[in-house]
Amino acid sequence: MADVRNFTLNFGPQHPAAHGVMRLVLELDGETVVRADPHIGLLHRATEKLAEERTWVQSLPYMDRLDYTSMFINEHPFVLAVEKLVGVDIPLRAQYIRVMFDEITRIHNHLLSIGTQALDVGAMTMVLYTFREREDIADMLEAVSGARMHGAYYRPGGVYRDLPDQMPRYTANKFKNAETVRKLNEARNGSLLDFIEDFTNRFPTYCDEYETLLTDNRIWKQRLVGVGVVSPERALQLGFTGPMLRGSGIQWDVRKKQPYEVYDRLEFDIPVGVEGDCYDRYLVRMEEMRQANRIIKQCVEWLRNDSAKGAGPVITGNYNVAPPSREKMKGNMEELIHHFKLFTEGIHVPPGEVYCGIEHAKGEFGVYMISDGANKPYRMKLRSAAYTHLSSMNEMAKGHMIADAVTIIGTMDIVFGDVDR
Amino acid sequence: MSAKLEMLCQNLQNVLGDRIVSLVTALGQVTLVVDAADYLFVAKTLRNHPDLRFDQCIDLCGVDYSTYGDGAWQGRRFAAVSQLLSVEKNWRLRLRVFAPDDDFPVVDSVIDVWNSVNWFEREAFDLLGIMFSGHPDLRRILTDYGFIGHPFRKDFPISGYVEMQYDPAQKRVVYQPVTIEPREITPRIIREETFGGAKQGNHG
Repeated sequence: MADVRNFTLNFGPQHPAAHGVMRLVLELDGETVVRADPHIGLLHRATEKLAEERTWVQSLPYMDRLDYTSMFINEHPFVLAVEKLVGVDIPLRAQYIRVMFDEITRIHNHLLSIGTQALDVGAMTMVLYTFREREDIADMLEAVSGARMHGAYYRPGGVYRDLPDQMPRYTANKFKNAETVRKLNEARNGSLLDFIEDFTNRFPTYCDEYETLLTDNRIWKQRLVGVGVVSPERALQLGFTGPMLRGSGIQWDVRKKQPYEVYDRLEFDIPVGVEGDCYDRYLVRMEEMRQANRIIKQCVEWLRNDSAKGAGPVITGNYNVAPPSREKMKGNMEELIHHFKLFTEGIHVPPGEVYCGIEHAKGEFGVYMISDGANKPYRMKLRSAAYTHLSSMNEMAKGHMIADAVTIIGTMDIVFGDVDR
Repeated sequence: MSAKLEMLCQNLQNVLGDRIVSLVTALGQVTLVVDAADYLFVAKTLRNHPDLRFDQCIDLCGVDYSTYGDGAWQGRRFAAVSQLLSVEKNWRLRLRVFAPDDDFPVVDSVIDVWNSVNWFEREAFDLLGIMFSGHPDLRRILTDYGFIGHPFRKDFPISGYVEMQYDPAQKRVVYQPVTIEPREITPRIIREETFGGAKQGNHG
């Protein structure tokens, strides 16, 4: 009898379905995966070490660059951790703004996740539709922070500035004529809040469109149903969080169970799966987008009422954490000193340690911070959900066909900025 | 302290007794420190005991305390810190264990208690050089193949020791000693509360 040996295949590091730079060593028996060994770290930038060399506020923009598909929400646990260590109160308006942008980023993330997963398993159209909406969201992020991706908008003590009264508009040029520009500007004639509200009204229809394309799609179901099944017990053991845990039927959501910011004032539901396979996780993500849309609506309403009453501050008035306004700084000695100390030394954080975990779009994203009283963190550890999810790759892919490995990578919703940090 | 945290602390006291080295509640979070010899047993108890039920290990990381407080640190150098979560009871706990030997830090692996620590322990080994005895596959994970040293140790410079470059003569990527100067943009300062006779809490 011929000597039959297992075949070892290098998947990546430059493979489009690997969602970044991952080298996946697959040991195959025919087309069946016997062992999957992900080699990560190709995008390791030592964010945690860099943070030890920078002041508390200087490290904040690094957070955007972790999970670069859902940026603002990454900043959230970082600022929460600093706020908790310093013990500062955050204005209510800032809390609503942050929650609103968390949910906007959640949609941003799930759109990419579902779009690219569909792309990976052979449905080209989906990603074109989801990127249509991601374009609108990128415009929102740009309007509020000035950057379409790496916003650096949240600050310890609040957010950098209030929402703009005017949504930026397109102007006619040699590529877009007046008629096209008029159509594009239809939703952009008011403030940013008007634009977001208009988006939330449109978005459920878009979700229906995605569902028409995928939910009952025969090929989609053949590729996803029964693939990568994880039982609830195993999901807990493997440290799954977020949609991965809920897909296995465990009703756990940090927003509901250990509410932070204003989540306890908002109404939303937690979708859970039944089978714990890739298809259930897709359905969970789909429903989460609709729920996120619901939360954004409530935030918009609250913020609009607040604006009508004369908007409150969006950042704390504690000058040990947040700088005073330019106007005050130029007129007062005390404020000038605060400003100078903040921008030369940075915030001084009392000694202590804190772990802040939030419900990130991918699962629980946490920051563990140790301060020894300096103007820089002593140690910062970032807990990213995708890292833990990817560590279960071997268990999830074992026994499946090689094509299913792609589906499983897609369902984990990994981004290598987040995994490698 | 909320009633829930009090109950958690009480349960921990009852169950673990004198295995607790310290149990501190600060900023609404409970930190439990145990001896390296008791670590595995405590981990198992934390997961299995009906009054505790920490069914998930959310995070595990290594910490190098050698320069804490600019030399004020007295204790052991390396610690493994894990963040535990009970989905059933809805509470969290931080568990810290110090490695007894500073030169060759070893603690027990808790991979059999929580399978999720697999990569976390590999990461702590890779970045800080903490050994986890009983881990089945303690390879480097984030650094390059053949990397020397443990980059997150406090005595490892932020610019590293080697840099990578393409060598046209050899037609491959080669390592060479770093050519950049280390620089510090903002100096690290621990402010003294009573500096210059200032009253406490009135600094700034």
